[in-house]
Amino acid sequence: MASQNQLASIKGAKVLMVGAGGIGCELLKTLALSGFQDIHIIDMDTIEVSNLNRQFLFRKSHVGQSKAKVARDAVLRFRPHISITPYHANVKDPDFNVDFFKQFNVILNGLDNLDARRHVNRLCLAAEVPLVESGTTGFLGQVTVHVKGRTECYECQPKPAPKTYPVCTITSTPSKFVHCIVWAKDLLFTKLFGDKNQENDLNVRSTDATSSSEHVEDVFERRKDEDIEQYGRRIYDHVFGYNIEEALSNEETWKNRNRPKPIYSRDFLHDEIAQQNGNVDNAASDPSSVSAMASLGMKNPQDIWCLKENSRIFMEAFKLFFMKREKEIGNLTFDKDDQLAVEFVTAAANIRASSFGIPLHSLFEAKGIAGNIVHAVATTNAIIAGLIVIEAIKVLQNDTNKYRMTYCLEHPTRKMLLMPVEPFEANKSCYVCSESPLTLEINTHRAKLRDFVEKIVKAKLGMYFPLIMHGAALLYEVGDDLDEAMVANYAANLEKVLSELPSPVTSGTTVTVEDLKQELTCNINIKHREEFDEEKEPDGMLLSGWTQASSVEKDDNKSNGNGGSTSNASQAVPVEAEDNVEMDVPSGKKRRLSEISSQGLLSFTEETKNHGKLEVVDDDDDLVMLDGDPGLNKRKRMQ
Amino acid sequence: MDGEELTEQETALYDRQIRVWGADAQRRLSKSHILVCGVKGTVAEFCKNIVLAGVGSLTLVDDRVVTDEALFSSNFLIPPDENVYRGKMLAELCCDSLKDFNPMVRVSVEKGDVSGFDGEFFNKYDVVVVSCCSLVTKKSVNEKCRKLSKHIAFYTVDCRDSSGEIFVDLQDHIYSKKKLEETVECKLQYPSFEEAISVPWRALPRRVSKLYFAMRVIEKFEAEGRHPGDVSIADLPDVLRLKKELCEANSLNESHIPDALLERLVTGTREFPPVCAVIGGILGQEVIKAISGKGDPLKNFFFFDAVDGKGIIEDISISNPKSGS
Repeated sequence: MASQNQLASIKGAKVLMVGAGGIGCELLKTLALSGFQDIHIIDMDTIEVSNLNRQFLFRKSHVGQSKAKVARDAVLRFRPHISITPYHANVKDPDFNVDFFKQFNVILNGLDNLDARRHVNRLCLAAEVPLVESGTTGFLGQVTVHVKGRTECYECQPKPAPKTYPVCTITSTPSKFVHCIVWAKDLLFTKLFGDKNQENDLNVRSTDATSSSEHVEDVFERRKDEDIEQYGRRIYDHVFGYNIEEALSNEETWKNRNRPKPIYSRDFLHDEIAQQNGNVDNAASDPSSVSAMASLGMKNPQDIWCLKENSRIFMEAFKLFFMKREKEIGNLTFDKDDQLAVEFVTAAANIRASSFGIPLHSLFEAKGIAGNIVHAVATTNAIIAGLIVIEAIKVLQNDTNKYRMTYCLEHPTRKMLLMPVEPFEANKSCYVCSESPLTLEINTHRAKLRDFVEKIVKAKLGMYFPLIMHGAALLYEVGDDLDEAMVANYAANLEKVLSELPSPVTSGTTVTVEDLKQELTCNINIKHREEFDEEKEPDGMLLSGWTQASSVEKDDNKSNGNGGSTSNASQAVPVEAEDNVEMDVPSGKKRRLSEISSQGLLSFTEETKNHGKLEVVDDDDDLVMLDGDPGLNKRKRMQ
Repeated sequence: MDGEELTEQETALYDRQIRVWGADAQRRLSKSHILVCGVKGTVAEFCKNIVLAGVGSLTLVDDRVVTDEALFSSNFLIPPDENVYRGKMLAELCCDSLKDFNPMVRVSVEKGDVSGFDGEFFNKYDVVVVSCCSLVTKKSVNEKCRKLSKHIAFYTVDCRDSSGEIFVDLQDHIYSKKKLEETVECKLQYPSFEEAISVPWRALPRRVSKLYFAMRVIEKFEAEGRHPGDVSIADLPDVLRLKKELCEANSLNESHIPDALLERLVTGTREFPPVCAVIGGILGQEVIKAISGKGDPLKNFFFFDAVDGKGIIEDISISNPKSGS
């Protein structure tokens, strides 16, 4: 049980929880039981059925309601006399500014995405409030403590970028099922139902990649007086038949690969049409419940469909989109909770997989891959929440020497399932907490200010309310209180190349980027460079001083976000998973976990087993450590 | 497997966890029957975890009548409303809340004292978890389970102050695990509780967790005329005396059981909620592993102490080779 001292600091504390999901529910419960009296909680999400297996404060009747509010009500039932203040809002809202953060003694993160984590990290640094950060995936999890001036900040080490795939692997030479999913989701689905104007490499590339681009536009448009059935079969034959034939004609590609097999709708769909038409009309009228599986009488999402079944689902889903959800066509983006979209993508990916001799997968599996669904169980979240509270109490007591980062492992390492490690020192070259300058190589005669704002300021630096200065000149800012002339001026600046701005940004000068909400300032030294490698540097610019670990596949030709659009770098982080771990990837020599590769937590235990060099806070057998002598607790040793 | 499929409702509810342990493990879970005896904070956490996971049924045994809030200071299953709890048994109160967590799990109460149940009673369950009970009861329940032809997974769990202990007996346990891309079958043999705690201390590896010894000292102390958990700081001198005796009898250096640790364990009789969450989480995970037969189960003790933050597995078996660290 907590000491009197601890109890006093717990009772007097005001804490902010960010996230009321898997970790959040457990955390709120454990905080309340531990005696915390004043808890604020932010979450923008509403409750979904797939949350109920672990977010135990929620019931089926709560589906659709605010997580923060329902969580509050549930906890008050067993701890009625404490204060819980819910906010059904995005933590990035301007209301949650530095002053808001300053009222708390500690911030506890149970978040599900990198962007929000970075944002909260900056606000904590600016407000000088300690942060306890956490994440889980399956049986793995981690808790870290970030206190300005004491430990590293959340961004001291670059986080691994989401997995990306080279474009040609997706368009021409898939070898894994995930490649087929990316193709079906980001290329085919988007082309047919999403933003038609988006750049899209749907067609298999022939040797001369540009030759067929004009032809492509025609093919995917529905022709006049073409019925949906004909249209669907034409698309089917084009992407699974014609495109494969065309790819096969390029002998060079297949020298060391298995040749794919073209598939045509006539082989699988000959007699089906008549029977299916009747069913379509029976589908529910609510667009969100339209399902090709339901109208074909298929029930089990765990089944792996044969090629014929996949072809039928493909055609059925295609038709249902046009018949039941026509209004949405043109604006659809893939959503893992959109049943019809998942069905279409599963079927398309399986047909393509079949062509390339890749094993087929069930809808359940395909949905997980396509939706980046992170595995989640209640137990890990409960454990992690317990560890967060333990660290939070140390923070409240200012027990600096006892702060620990703790890893929850699936397989024991040195007999440990829960492994505490001493926190790392701040990275002196961290642009976030040390405000070290960055360097940007860019073609100052070609790149526009807009490119800089989108690809660097937003995508790389994670700023939402940027203000860009060059010397004393203000080049750009975002805000509600700008007058029209300024807005027009900034809009004009966005379209200018850097060297032609009112205050020309040229090689050797320094641009200052500031986010007023995050109270973060960043100086960027500009270095002009004429040429960029289109494949390796798709942004056409290179930011250094802070590098994001890349996880592009080995035979990489071109990194392209999630395998889809190359045009919009700011959307290259499609992490919509829950409570996902973003494993700190130590790269500097000073970090004690430096042996760990950049593959994230999943490979963590393997790595440490292999190397066995991990330094863990360890008391010695012959020493009595439990009296709490901080000098002794600080001892570490190599295995 | 038996071929029965999960319902659509189950697939939707358990989506995220099926992605962790697979559909066949989920089916096994939904057919398993769990018995818990002694429902304090740690066990409440455990119950929540396995009810959410979707076991077939959960049966609670704890006849203690709730008179004041001290009995459930770290138990979130009981609303602190006198009108609700007064005169009711702990098991009943927890049962009411747990039912609500997952309508697909059957939660019920058995009245009586765990030490009085016979083998036939335990035969209805696949997993038996005992907590807040005496050394004698732990041993006897474990032996009753072992006598049955069916393999019952047996666990004890206890939290004191900011530390906790789990003991596991899976008898002869066969399970599968993923090694690289292949699934391999593995086998583990567990000692009973009595066998494990009878392993001479000097035969144990040098670096065995201090908590193991400290828990045995307190267990032994309570066995001599105390109710489980019924110790206080006033008992410290006697506890320390017992420690000295045990260390001498086992030729173990007394520094392996720091006085300060024992002091902490006899003083803090209430559970520390974050530790309940950690221990209840680990126990939940282990029970899920045992039922599904998937993944390395822990053998055979687990210790967590919030003071150093370590969650350690100790293998305390007769066949343990005498080796240093």
